[in-house]
Amino acid sequence: MADLRIDFAGIKSPNPYWLASAPPTNSGYQVQRAFEAGWGGAVWKTLGDPVLNVSSRFGANHFNGKRVVGFNNIELITDRPLEDNLKEIYETKKRFPDHPIIASLMVEPKREKWHEIVKRVQDVGVDGFELNLGCPHGMSERGMGSAVGQHPDLVEKTTIYAKEKAEVPVIVKLTPNITDITVTAKAAARGGADAISMINTINSLIGIDLDTWNTIPNVNGKGAHGGYCGPAVKPIALNMVGECARDPEINIPISGIGGISSWQDTVEFMLMGAGGVQVCTAAMHHGFRVIEDMVDGLNNYLDEKGISSVNEIIGASVEKYTDWSNLDLNYKVVARINNDICINCNKCYISCEDSAHQCIDILTDANGKEYLKVQEEECVGCNLCSIVCPVEGAIDMVELPQTEPSMTWLERQAAIQQS
Amino acid sequence: MSDSKQPLISIDKLAKVFEESTPSYNAQEAIDESNRCLYCYDAPCITACPTGIDVPAFIKGIASGNIKGAAKIIMEDNPVGATCARVCPTEELCEGACVLNHSTKPIMIGQLQRYATDWAIKNEQVLFKAGEKNGKCIAIIGSGPAGLSAARELALLGYEVIVYEAKREGGGLDTHGIVPFRLPKDISLWEVKQVENLGVEIRTNIEVGKDILAEDLVKEFDAVILAVGMSKVPMLGIEGEELDGVYDAIDLVENVKINGVTDEDFSGKRVAVIGAGNTAIDGATISARLGAKNVKIIYRRTEAEMTAYDFEYEFAKQDGVEFRWLMSPKRLIGDDKGHVKQMECVRMELGEKGEDGRRHPVEVEDSTFTMDVDIVVKAIGQTRFRRLIDHFGLEHNGGVVQVDPQTYQTSIPKVYAAGDVIFGKGQGEAMVVSAAQQGKEAAYSIHKQLNKSRIETA
Repeated sequence: MADLRIDFAGIKSPNPYWLASAPPTNSGYQVQRAFEAGWGGAVWKTLGDPVLNVSSRFGANHFNGKRVVGFNNIELITDRPLEDNLKEIYETKKRFPDHPIIASLMVEPKREKWHEIVKRVQDVGVDGFELNLGCPHGMSERGMGSAVGQHPDLVEKTTIYAKEKAEVPVIVKLTPNITDITVTAKAAARGGADAISMINTINSLIGIDLDTWNTIPNVNGKGAHGGYCGPAVKPIALNMVGECARDPEINIPISGIGGISSWQDTVEFMLMGAGGVQVCTAAMHHGFRVIEDMVDGLNNYLDEKGISSVNEIIGASVEKYTDWSNLDLNYKVVARINNDICINCNKCYISCEDSAHQCIDILTDANGKEYLKVQEEECVGCNLCSIVCPVEGAIDMVELPQTEPSMTWLERQAAIQQS
Repeated sequence: MSDSKQPLISIDKLAKVFEESTPSYNAQEAIDESNRCLYCYDAPCITACPTGIDVPAFIKGIASGNIKGAAKIIMEDNPVGATCARVCPTEELCEGACVLNHSTKPIMIGQLQRYATDWAIKNEQVLFKAGEKNGKCIAIIGSGPAGLSAARELALLGYEVIVYEAKREGGGLDTHGIVPFRLPKDISLWEVKQVENLGVEIRTNIEVGKDILAEDLVKEFDAVILAVGMSKVPMLGIEGEELDGVYDAIDLVENVKINGVTDEDFSGKRVAVIGAGNTAIDGATISARLGAKNVKIIYRRTEAEMTAYDFEYEFAKQDGVEFRWLMSPKRLIGDDKGHVKQMECVRMELGEKGEDGRRHPVEVEDSTFTMDVDIVVKAIGQTRFRRLIDHFGLEHNGGVVQVDPQTYQTSIPKVYAAGDVIFGKGQGEAMVVSAAQQGKEAAYSIHKQLNKSRIETA
């Protein structure tokens, strides 16, 4: 059994899985159930000045029969009294002293406001704070959440305010609704953040009801944009984590959030620099028990790879993530079809024909049976055929022996300049 | 025979007979299954369908919620597409060709086709509109799958079409001859109605050659299509065949399906079905559902030679039907009331290969034995409408009307033929779906011929 314990910016956790600040961490009852189920830690649903919520709140993107490919919500921060939340945090912490509870906070970007809430919450004994500077709906209209997170100077200031009173680590949660997330990540670092977490949800409208023409979800016939999350956002989140991880000016731990639904997703985020992960949609979709396979699968993966601690994989792929200009122009892969495995659906043929480089032929063998063959000299190695292929192993992308030395775009441009 | 045709089937039994043996998909099952489809390019299921239904396109319609579009795609290529969804040997056609046979399991195309067409039936959808009238008039004899398909295509092309049907209701074999738990009558009658809605007139209870003469049809119409299918089960040619309790399988099915009656109560009876084709399976399974205690299929060849589809064979076995191979009836023995009580049989063995490539069964010497039976159902094939064919004066080979395989024209150029009437002696296929396709092709051929002559005379 590999060691799954992490020490994230000084916060110790029995495993890298935390429930993200969201509906699953709305109450002590829920968080205690989650810890019983095996979750390592929990980021409590955002505390702040009391709010009112609307009904209905959630929407989901279902695709080709698969439910909840993406998920969105227009729910605000906690609508329960701060006293109740603090009492339950205290009780939960007492019952589960080894499971970190991180309090998510959101107040107006004013020093006294942040001082006040940090002190009050700190008194009940939390393991850390997460500053919610990312929530894109509702609260942003009142100058909080992503309205703060989209301004690097406000991110820096808010972080400073929190740090001034915080005695436990401060994590700054960033919004993806911004052109370059490394800018706000650096602002958080400048403000003294102990860590950053990303991504918060993405501005979104799930859909329109085709009969009523109402938005989904709708509140008495009206809708407003919500925050998008779930499996569909994973690639966006993974990129943002990678961009921050590989930035030499950002040297604080990153908590990975965004569509993480499995141990594989977890491994990917950690390889790309996340020191731990936060999960919400998977738990909302399937219940807290999803943690079991996430833990077990991660364990088995690490054992199989001969890795004794999960910490060893953190950031291992970061150096492989770079700018396009550093990619080798002389590297070549081509598609090769394994006719023994191919079931002749011809999806590769038509995708290549209509949308790529017209380099797959449908041929007939001596027995009159159709088979597919790639014209390797025409193939650019785009992967499209292997992506649409429904059968594992029917199309391999094969590396060709390199005929010319590696050369990146930057090297090529430099060579042209010199000549 | 009993004196009067009083209903001898209890309501319970009738309900069992009429209940479809395969439940239909619910909406979620249809969506789940349709989402498994790969939407192959140049999909083999299309090629495997005799009517060329664009299967991936209709499945996409179901997946996207465009069920009307799906139903239209099906019915456009196959005017009896709701029937075929139930009776096609799909594992030998579309589903057998599905590429997923090579990786997981094939898409249940028949079930999806049934789901889409059932939706159209339930929601009373209008899928087609008749073409602008072109002034020409076509007579079709028979309203089974071939006749109905020809009528539909001709109506779309603007022809006035009159269909002559000897029975009280249209639909031919689909309406009358397929067991109700496989194909309810209403499905076939909906397809008939769809064609009638295009202005096609179906004149029922009219027998050509008796109520109206062939020569008059040939004279009065621009073309005639003969699509009468096949007739009753032939005589076994053995002693005792006239006894009470001896049934023609096709009559039995029709009586139960259309009239809800049998001549006697099958409850607790021992039934012997002679023959092992799809009609024999129908005779056996309907007997089982009518309450027979024991049903045996008696076949003079073996499992390997039987003509019933695999799924029909499987279905009969599920119903508890027993199969007795290499056995042939020699004589039926009656009781003192003239009702069959025993069947004398002889054991057979397979000899040399015959003309049809199948090994010929020959009697084993001194192997006769008798078995006790209460009911005998004959299902050894179907006879031809020889009198009608002769009445037209068409060339035929043992009752199989000879046609030009390209044009479907008979020896009388104005008379075309399609469906079971041209099946046999190495010609064609006996499936409903093939009959539908032949009906379509005969219609296109007529259209081509009539336009050609128009151009020539212009």
